[in-house]
Amino acid sequence: MAEAFKFELVSPERLLVSAEVESVVIPGAEGEMTVMAHHAPVMTTIKPGVVTVKSASGSEERYVVFGGFADIVPAGCTLLAESAVAVKDLDRADLARRIQEAREDANDAKDDQVRSKAEQFLSQLTTLEGAILPA
Amino acid sequence: MPSLKDLRNRIASVKATQKITKAMQMVAAAKLRRAQEAAEAARPYSERMGSVLANITQAVGGGGDAPALMTGTGKDDVHLLVVCTAERGLCGGFNSQIARHARDHIRRLLADGKQVKIICVGKKGFDILRRDYASMIIDRVDLREVKTLGFVNADAIARKVIHLFNEGAFDVCTLFYSQFKSVISQIPTAQQIIPAGLASTPAAATDGGNAVYEYEPEPGEILSDLIPRNIAVQVFRALLENAAGEMGAKMSAMDNATRNAGEMINKLSITYNRQRQAQITKELIEIISGAEAL
Repeated sequence: MAEAFKFELVSPERLLVSAEVESVVIPGAEGEMTVMAHHAPVMTTIKPGVVTVKSASGSEERYVVFGGFADIVPAGCTLLAESAVAVKDLDRADLARRIQEAREDANDAKDDQVRSKAEQFLSQLTTLEGAILPA
Repeated sequence: MPSLKDLRNRIASVKATQKITKAMQMVAAAKLRRAQEAAEAARPYSERMGSVLANITQAVGGGGDAPALMTGTGKDDVHLLVVCTAERGLCGGFNSQIARHARDHIRRLLADGKQVKIICVGKKGFDILRRDYASMIIDRVDLREVKTLGFVNADAIARKVIHLFNEGAFDVCTLFYSQFKSVISQIPTAQQIIPAGLASTPAAATDGGNAVYEYEPEPGEILSDLIPRNIAVQVFRALLENAAGEMGAKMSAMDNATRNAGEMINKLSITYNRQRQAQITKELIEIISGAEAL
C-alpha cells in the first residue's frame, strides 16, 4: 500500500475534493502524469481531460476538468481547474456545446497561430469525449 | 383633519407595505446566506491562485519575458474602469456608494488629463454613471438574467477586458466593487487588475516555500496562461462580494423600512383611536344634553 498524500481539486465555484489519496492521474499539458506521495515539486498547466483520483481507501473517482493548472509539492497536490465535474455528473449536452464552440472558434480563427491553438483545444475536447463515453 | 375612514385606509395601506418589506427582508436574508456561501466556496481557489502566482513570478523574476498583462504597456494615459453594481435597487446606498467612489476616481483621472473608459456591470451603476459620463461608457454587461453567478459570467467579462487590452484600447484597468465586510457594512473598493499589481496578491508563504519547482511548460508560458485566468478570478470574486453585499444592504434597508412602517402604524393608530374617542364623547354629550332638555 502506497503512502497517502493530500490532494485538493478546486474550481472557482467550489472545493470539489480535499482528501488523503494514494495517487492522482493528471492530464498535464505535456502528457499525462501520475502523482504519488513525495513527488518532486512541479507546476504544470493541464489540458481538458479526466483526472483519476485513487483514494487512500482504495476507491477510485474520476473527474472531468477543462483546463487549469496543478501545483505539486512533496506534501501534496493542488489542482486548480477552470471548471470540474465528477464524471458521473457530467452533462453531455454541455460537453457537446463546448465542442461546438471550439469548432466554431477554429473555423473563425483569423491567423494560423490562433487557429492551431483552437484546433488543438478542439482535438483535446473530442479525445476527452471519447475517453468518457463508455463510462 | 382626516376622517376616520381615511385613517383606516391609511393604516391598512401601511400595513400592506410593511408586509411587503418584511417579505423582501426575509428573501434577502435567505439569498444573503447563499451568496455568502458562494463567496466562501470561491475563496480557496483565489487564495491558491494568489500563492501560485506569487511563486511563479518569483521564478520568472519579473524579467523581460513577463507578459504585458502584468507589466502593463508602460504608459498611463487611458484608464478603463469596470464598475460592478447590482441589477436591482431597494438596497439602501449600496449602488450609489460604488458609483460615487467610481465618480471620484474618474474626476481625479480627468483632472490629471487622462482618458477614461467605463464598462458597467449591472444596471444600477449604468443608470447613475450615464447621467454624467455617458460618452465614456463603452460597454455594459447585463447580469439580470443570471440566477446564480457562475465563473463563466466572470470569465466573459475578463475576456472582454483582455481583448480590449490586446487591442491597445487602454493602459490601466481598475475594478470597482463593494467589499463585503458585514451585513451592515460594505466598503466600496477600487482594485487595479491590469497591470497586475503584485501588491494585490498577498505575499505567499506556501507550503512549497522555497522549493525549486519544475515547470511544465516554461514558466513564462504558464504565466501567460495564468494571468488572464487570475483576472477572471478577481472579477469573479468582485461579483460574488457584490452579490453578498447587495443582499446585506437590501436586508438592512428592508429591516429599516419595516421598522419605520411599524412606527407609522403606531402613530396612525393613536390618532385614529383619539378621533374615535372624541366622536363617541361628542355623541354622548349630544344624547345627554338632549335628555336633560326634556
